[in-house]
Formats: sequence, structure tokens, C-alpha cells
Amino acid sequence: MPDEKERQPEFKTTVDGTVVRRVYTAGDLAEFPIDNSLPGDYPFTRNIMPAGYRSRLWTMRQYAGFATVEETNRRYKYLYQQGQTGFSVAFHLPTQEGYDSDHPLAAGEVGKCGVAIDSLQDMEELWAGIPLAQVSTSMTINATAPIILAMYIAAAEKQGADRSKLDGTVQNDILKEYIARNTYIFAPGPSMRLTTDLCSFCAKEMPKWNSISISGYHMREAGATAIQEAAFTLANGIAYVQAMIDKGMEVDSFAPRFSFFFAAYTNLLEEVAKFRALRRVWSKIMKERFGAKNPRSMMLRYHVQTDGFTLTEQQPLNNIVRVTIQALASVLGSCQSLHTNSFDEALALPSEEAVQVALRTQQVIAYESGVADTVDPLGGSYYVEELTNKIEQGIKEYIARIDEIGGALEAIKKGYIQREIRRSAYDYQRAVDSGEQVVVGVNKFTSGEESDIKILEIDEAIERKQVERLRKLKHERDNAKVKEVLDGVRRVAESDENVMPVLVDAVKAYATVGEISDVLRGVFGEYKEPSML
Amino acid sequence: MPTKKIRVLIAKPGLDGHDRGAMVVAQGLRDAGMEVIYLGLRVTPEQIAEAAVQEDVDVVGLSCLSGAHMALFPKTVGLTRERTDKGILFIGGGIIPKKDVPKLQEAGIARTFGPGAPIPEIVTFIKNNTGGE
Repeated sequence: MPDEKERQPEFKTTVDGTVVRRVYTAGDLAEFPIDNSLPGDYPFTRNIMPAGYRSRLWTMRQYAGFATVEETNRRYKYLYQQGQTGFSVAFHLPTQEGYDSDHPLAAGEVGKCGVAIDSLQDMEELWAGIPLAQVSTSMTINATAPIILAMYIAAAEKQGADRSKLDGTVQNDILKEYIARNTYIFAPGPSMRLTTDLCSFCAKEMPKWNSISISGYHMREAGATAIQEAAFTLANGIAYVQAMIDKGMEVDSFAPRFSFFFAAYTNLLEEVAKFRALRRVWSKIMKERFGAKNPRSMMLRYHVQTDGFTLTEQQPLNNIVRVTIQALASVLGSCQSLHTNSFDEALALPSEEAVQVALRTQQVIAYESGVADTVDPLGGSYYVEELTNKIEQGIKEYIARIDEIGGALEAIKKGYIQREIRRSAYDYQRAVDSGEQVVVGVNKFTSGEESDIKILEIDEAIERKQVERLRKLKHERDNAKVKEVLDGVRRVAESDENVMPVLVDAVKAYATVGEISDVLRGVFGEYKEPSML
Repeated sequence: MPTKKIRVLIAKPGLDGHDRGAMVVAQGLRDAGMEVIYLGLRVTPEQIAEAAVQEDVDVVGLSCLSGAHMALFPKTVGLTRERTDKGILFIGGGIIPKKDVPKLQEAGIARTFGPGAPIPEIVTFIKNNTGGE
């Protein structure tokens, strides 16, 4: 048969990714070491557990939080009734960056990208009627993670729960905040101290709590390629493990509670291979580099969120299809938990209808598609195995380069990681602008129609209400006690002691996020981003 | 005589840290021959207005993805116009719901560019509305 002409000169997984060949055979795998491991066996390429989703489906965990605690509490109860099996809290930016709702920089931000939490009072009401001893909660909080975890513990204890029984995750991944997302407060040094204080506190007092969720998601959102996302996340992971060891902790005492968080793009097979490679590389790092003995320390457990950047403002219903493919990639990649984005998120915060479609997408995959019925169904595909090996190589090359620079912290301080991601983001935009990268409805198959979908609006009165509520709290609480606990926070922050116990005392006295953060700013100073342009 | 380059100030008012769009646009405008000053994150409307005057810019680009644009964009335009009568062109970007666009236009934001806006479109808009090259 004559050779067919192909429709483009070269095929690539992502814009600057791996070149894809026409067909893959067993011969393509010959150059790589053989990995015949089964699911549940080191290096866990196929799955960390032997039975995968046959024993337990992934946790369908939708990130939500907006406006006031009452409204968010109502949304949580709604999601719970709809069959959601875990909570994920979005905090508004002032809480994430250590400002109370009445701070001038909070103007316009109150209740916008998440729920407004100023004090323990807000945290208690957020969980009204939801027994914290019986649920699993993930909280996207980083710079102020120790304060917010202290509030969660205090709220749970007020409900009568024992802190050792609490199940959940705090993101607590400050390093990626300097690379992407940017909700840092302090410089990397003191921030690492707070991060590791939280991790060692959890190792001792909260055996079911994931003390960190080392995140690639936000780097991907900022423009990283699949390999960059994977490599920079594991490089940060190495920095955290090393910092814990430097604190005198034994690796197997904390590493089993380390968890991860990644994005899923629409390039399905590349994403599946990324997740497989990530599991393999991390287990080897933990075993070979850090001498972990407990297999649980070597298991990469992770949450996935379908990627927000891939959602388009144009023809928003197309996003349902994108999210479906991304969710499928996550499940075929054997994630532990998954958030599916809502189709309207390039336009506004998601409406209740859009959130429901997103959750239903996961349920259709779980119960109708059949992909969850066998473990790692794409394992053994020549192409997926080849890509897994290629991505593993790419990750290792980046980690070697970062080691040369002196580790992730140094690489961040020097701006290396930021520049790599920025370059990828710009390359991607140019590829879209030139049409080399097709985005349906954006640079091809455009219809020129205006989207007309109902979107969620945040009532502007919420800011006034929240500020009023805070004013009332500050008037009614025991302010002498607040002063005393804040002095305690300062004293501990200036010492080498773990900050967590004193923070629990402080929030129980209703000291606010802003007040506690101000004390810490006084001790640690504030970080100002270096110019990257 | 060489044509004077268009000077652009890009800033992110408020607490939002999503700077991919702002950075990509800044780089794109620079590659299109403009002089770009990036003011960075967590800046107040006052700081942006001050910088716009001091840097004598022709264009101010504001980016916000947190939903705080209605509180921050008009205020920035107002504070800048109090300080200078140079007809600075204001453009905005981010997650801006359609219903807010006319209100922002009334407040002086000449055009908003949403997710996926092509850089050449932004370049053309700026060139057409500043009379520069």
C-alpha cells in the first residue's frame, strides 16, 4: 500500500512536549528498564493499591465556598445530599493572605473567591449541623494554614470531636505560592518553618490528617507543561521532606501523611502517563534518596482538579466535554480524589446547576463508563508505557537541574522555576494566536454567538455584613484575653517552639486571622516578589 | 525622527495572585514594540494611579480574576484622572461577567479582554486608540 500523507508535519503531546510517532510497538519500549510491577507493588506505577477502584471509588470532592458562612454551609449541605463524599473549602483571598474583612486591601474581595473566615466564630458556623468527626475536609489554605487548621481543630473540639479522629487535608504548600498563585505573606525561610511546624504537629496529634498537599495544579494553571508540573511539584516535595528530616523527624513518621494535588488537561493519554510516571518517580525518591522503609511513605496519593485554564468563555457548553475528558484522564490515571470544574467558570463563579453537571460527570464515569472496573486499564498500551517512560525521564532531568541549583527553595529564590513556567505560558499563547494549537470555539469553529447562561452573582451587601459581624465580635469578646494570647503567639514565633498549640489557644480566644497574621508579620517580616519581567 | 514608543503600565489591583494573563500580555505587548512596566501584585488603586503619572504612560492595563474588579477598576481610573489630564487609555482583563462590561466602560475602562483573548487583538486595540505605533 502507498504511504498516506499525514495531515500535519509533526504531532506533539503538548506545544513543547514529546513528539508523537505514528504507531508504537513493543520495540519502542526496549530502551527503557522493564517495569512489570502490579498495582499495589513498588514502584506503584499502576496504582498504589492492588484493587484500585474495585475496592473503593475515588472521593468526589468539589471545591466550594463563597460569600458568607451561612451560604457556604447551605451549599455544603446541598452537595452532601447530592452524594458528595468529602468537603473542600475555598477561602476568600483576605483569609488566605492574612487580612481581616475590614482591612483596606480586602475591599471588593470579601466573599468573592471563597468564604470569608475572620475568626473561630465564622469557622463554627461554617460547619453548623455537619459533624466534623464524621466527614473528610480539604482546605485550600497555605500562608495562613496553621491559623486555619487551629480554627478547624477548635471548631471540631467545640462539637465534642477528638482532634486525633479528624480526617482531611490542608494544602499547606507554601513553595508553590512563590511560583504561582501568589498568596504568600512571609519570606520562604519563615514560611517553611510554619509549614514544617504544622506537619510535625499533625504527625504527633492528628494521625488521619494529611498535613500537606504538594501542588502542581497552580503551576500548570500558570502555564507549566505536563512535565514541568510533575517535576516542579516533586522538587518541592523533596524540599519539604528534607526540611522535616532537618527538623529531626524520622522520614516514616510523617511521609505517609504527605499528599499531592495535580491538574488534568485535555490531552488524555499524556495526562494518564503523567500520573503513572509521577507515582513511579516519587516512590523511587522516597526509597532511594530518603531511605523510607514504610511502603506508605513511598505511595503518591493525590487529588486532581480538571484544569481551569482550559475552560473557554466562548461556547461555554463545550467545557462540559473538556471536563469529561479531563476527568476520564484522572480516573484512568488512578487518582484518589477528584474535583470537576463547572462549565461556566470562565465567566463567573459557578452556579448551582453547573456544579451539579460537574458532579454528575464524575458519577457517569464511575457508574456507567466501566473504566473503574479494572485497575490501570491503559497499562501495557505501547504508547502509554512509552509516554510514561518519557515523562519520567523529563521529570528526572528537571530535578537534577534543580539539585544543581541547590534545591527547590534556591531555584525559586533565583526565579528559575518561575521563568521556565512563564516561557511555557507565553509559547502556548503564541501557538494559540498562530493557530498551531487549536482551541475549539476560540481560534477554530467559532460561531460569534454570545453565550447566554445564567451565572452566580455575589451580593455586594455581603462585605458590609461581614465587616459588621467582625466589629460586633471584637466588641463582645474578652479583649484582655486576646491580647494575652497574641503575646503568646509572638513569644512562640520568636522561639524554636512549634507554633500550633499556641495558635489553637489564640483562635479559641477569638483572635482573628488578621490579628494573628499581623503578629507573625511583626516577627517574620513580609515578602515582596522579585521582578520577573 | 523615530516614533515614540507606546508606554504601558500593567498592574494587578487587589489580592488576586493569578498573574499568568498579566504576564503573557506584558510580554506580548513588549514583543509588539511597546514599553511595558509591570507593577506586580497586591497593589492598591492609589499606587497604580501614582505609578501611571510618574511613568507618564499612555495605557494602563488592569487584571483581576477574583471578582473584585467593580470595586477596583473604576476607583483606579478615578484616582488617575484626579492626578493627570493626559488621556490615558484604560483596559481590563480577567473573569469579567458580561453585565459588568457596560458599567466598566462608563467608568472609563475602554475595553475588557476575557480569557482566551488573542494578543494581536489587544495590540491592535491599543494602537488604534492611542494614535501611536
